[in-house]
Amino acid sequence: MSESGTEDAGMLQVRIWRSGEDGGGFREYRVPRQASQTVLDVVTHVQRKLDPALAYRYACRVGMCGSCAMTVNGVSRWTCRTHVSKVAADGRLEIAPLANLPVVKDLVADMREFFDKWARAQGQFAGATTRHDAFAQVSPVSEARQAVDAGIECIGCGVCYSSCDVVAWNPDYLGPAALNRAWTLHQDERDAAQAERLRAVAGDAGCHACHTHMSCTERCPKHISPTAGIAGLKRAVAMAALKGEL
Amino acid sequence: MSARAQVLMWVGQRASAALLAICVFVHLATMIYAVRGGLTAAEILARLQGHAGWLAFYVVFVLAVAVHVPIGLRAVLGEWLGWRNAARDWVLAGFALLLLAAGLRAAFGLYGAIRGAA
Ligand code: SF4
Ligand code: SF4
Ligand code: FES
Repeated sequence: MSESGTEDAGMLQVRIWRSGEDGGGFREYRVPRQASQTVLDVVTHVQRKLDPALAYRYACRVGMCGSCAMTVNGVSRWTCRTHVSKVAADGRLEIAPLANLPVVKDLVADMREFFDKWARAQGQFAGATTRHDAFAQVSPVSEARQAVDAGIECIGCGVCYSSCDVVAWNPDYLGPAALNRAWTLHQDERDAAQAERLRAVAGDAGCHACHTHMSCTERCPKHISPTAGIAGLKRAVAMAALKGEL
Repeated sequence: MSARAQVLMWVGQRASAALLAICVFVHLATMIYAVRGGLTAAEILARLQGHAGWLAFYVVFVLAVAVHVPIGLRAVLGEWLGWRNAARDWVLAGFALLLLAAGLRAAFGLYGAIRGAA
């Protein structure tokens, strides 16, 4: 507890993770409180005014690019749209890089493995037509199209991946975001790589490793439920395995 | 192990869980009934011996256990101890057989087919 608590009423006590040769640790900063201040504003203040060597990442500042996610008071969040007033009621913030990913420096997580797993989960659309063919007509009210809608707004922020215990326990696990991507493609009637995709997401490193903890669903800033998509994949893959089509 | 085998194990895990839910319920309900009714061990044995229905019930129970437990342990060993190689699967296959043998011996013992086993 700081003894200067009262005279610091307008200040935030901020601890930020800094990398170092000794393995790194938290460094403390004091940042003036502002109205409608976001956690990203706090980190930016530290970097611009107090500690120019601090490394962090952001781009859009409006919740579209998915690059600003960090661990804020122990919880993974998109920082550009997280208000300080919501997460630091007592005026304290502890900001660390995303969990379950290697750290490049300070608050910058290395996202390579995260996106490599999208590729491993057959996260690419596989079309079967050319520009000379007519447009596909997909009914917007079909069940499959609605399932795509529910999962398609993912911004690739990694919040779900960083919140998933199974990722922490099993480094091969594809994780909620990659599986959610695979699920939206599985529901895409134009996609021509369905069998390969089901094979890619099957088994110990795929959807069947999910314990339905729902941390991903709880924390996804876009209110996507990767858990629901993963449950759908589990059923689809199990049916394919039972029919001998896997 | 092939992806298909892994998926079929997942199916087996779910299916055996559904069976176990029923079996455990029946087993506990019967036990409570028997104890409350003041039946002695000898009286319980007398009712079970030679009863094909109870034999079938406990054989199903044992089968479900022998499927369910090793698959669950497989995930625990993989996730908590990082043990994910083929040796794990062989050890667990042995464990499944052990559960099956011990369980069937008890079930048939109760039925009266094996003297002194129950
Ligand atoms: S529901 Fe599945 S993917 Fe989501 S956090 Fe839980 S284990 Fe991970
Ligand atoms: S599913 Fe949600 S939490 Fe996960 S990467 Fe996409 S937007 Fe982020
Ligand atoms: S900076 Fe783009 S989502 Fe936060």
